[in-house]
Amino acid sequence: MLNVKNKFVRQLIGSVIDLLPIFAVIFVFQILVLRQPVPNIADIAIGTAFVVLGLTLFIQGLEKSLFPVGEHMAYAFAKKGSLFWLLLFAFALGFGTTAAEPALIAVADEAARIAAEGGMIHSSDAAKSDYALGLRFTVAASVGAAILVGVLRIIRGWPLHYLIIPGYIGVVVMTFFAPDEIIGIAYDSGGVTTSTITVPLVTALGVGLASAIQGRNPMTDGFGLIAFASLTPMIFVMAYGMII
Amino acid sequence: MSTWLTEVLSVFLATLRDVAPIVFVIVFFQLVVIRRPFAHLKNLIIGMAYVILGITFFLVGLDKALFPLGTVMAEQLTSADFINPSTDQSTSIAWQDYIWVYVFGACIGFATTLAEPSLIAVAIKASQISAGAINAWYLRIAVSIGVAFGIALGTYRIVSGTELYLYIIAGYIVVIIQTLFAPKLIIGLAYDSGGVTTSTVTVPLVTALGIGLASSIPGRNPLMDGFGLIAFASLFPIIAVLAYAQLTEWLSRRATNEPSQKEN
Repeated sequence: MLNVKNKFVRQLIGSVIDLLPIFAVIFVFQILVLRQPVPNIADIAIGTAFVVLGLTLFIQGLEKSLFPVGEHMAYAFAKKGSLFWLLLFAFALGFGTTAAEPALIAVADEAARIAAEGGMIHSSDAAKSDYALGLRFTVAASVGAAILVGVLRIIRGWPLHYLIIPGYIGVVVMTFFAPDEIIGIAYDSGGVTTSTITVPLVTALGVGLASAIQGRNPMTDGFGLIAFASLTPMIFVMAYGMII
Repeated sequence: MSTWLTEVLSVFLATLRDVAPIVFVIVFFQLVVIRRPFAHLKNLIIGMAYVILGITFFLVGLDKALFPLGTVMAEQLTSADFINPSTDQSTSIAWQDYIWVYVFGACIGFATTLAEPSLIAVAIKASQISAGAINAWYLRIAVSIGVAFGIALGTYRIVSGTELYLYIIAGYIVVIIQTLFAPKLIIGLAYDSGGVTTSTVTVPLVTALGIGLASSIPGRNPLMDGFGLIAFASLFPIIAVLAYAQLTEWLSRRATNEPSQKEN
């Protein structure tokens, strides 16, 4: 029991150190550059305690749940030897986590607004919400496909840049054809689709697969799922902007 | 006090809703396809509860303590009163006037990335499987430096009004060249670190900075020019991590070469 407590306290101190720079930056700029007092000290103090506690709990829970789940499932699929189910799982994981991602919902609504202002779709609410919903499912499907191809890459042992470099070329080519208004939001959508829960799970899945399959190195082959999953949304948001 | 409670409750419910599809996919495949009960089920449930509660407290705390102050600061730093432009902005914009914006962008990018939970998760995993050869703390600092540089350059781009895609294409070319020369072990991790830098903490603050900047500069459209900072923040960490790996490899090669030369 004492051991567990110590670990928790150690993590708590670690979280304080992780968050210290943010507070340092905000206070220094507020007091020295903008020369203004800090408002709502009480709210900030309670909020800070919440952030520290939250980060500590998250990291403790990570090692108990998301990491082992991802790895155990990777081992189970490797032992089962069914490529079809593994790929279906990869797609479902990518699709399921992205379709409900709040950051993506925000991006899709914003893109619908831009499309309506640019006269690409009707400016009625129904047309906008149709557009946003279609965009969300397109991006979610693209993330699902990215994780599927990424898992296939780990199994086959292809080098990662065989996927990434064509992905970059795809982004660049699409940039020249997509409407100007959509480009900024498309580029940003790549960074926002991978959430705090998806990342540890997908990382553990990739690393677990690369350790379970003979001849694969978890370090060289296990990473890269997230990278590919942040590239495809950029291509698909631009494609969606062109077609509709 | 009651506002805190309702906020915690609503964020908790939103987090549950976000987690639901993931839990559904995992449970379905574990029970229907793999057909085996979960190992250490009790630990899993406790761990999952920690994760959900952790994210809830983290988000509520950020929302109450950091985001209001951070977004107001981003607006103040980009406002005309603070900038006090040295030129007539209807004819020309002097990029030097916005020096504090670049400094703030770099500092806040560095600091928020260091606290980004998904980056911490990936760094822990990388350090575990490399048996400590990759130091989680150094990796996070390398990524944070990349984000800091990316945001500073991204804010400069908004001020100067140059095209977003030129920077991104140039960045891609640098990444591809570095990939050819970087140690093979780091490449996957470096690419991944681009996607994980920008989530819960960084996105809201950085978006506020971009939109604030684009609205205060005459001739910029916040809808079109305000975006793109996230793209910078996901590209430059890749370059930074690859550079970090190249640097450590070069240093260790130099260190091992010197003694062997003495022996000869």
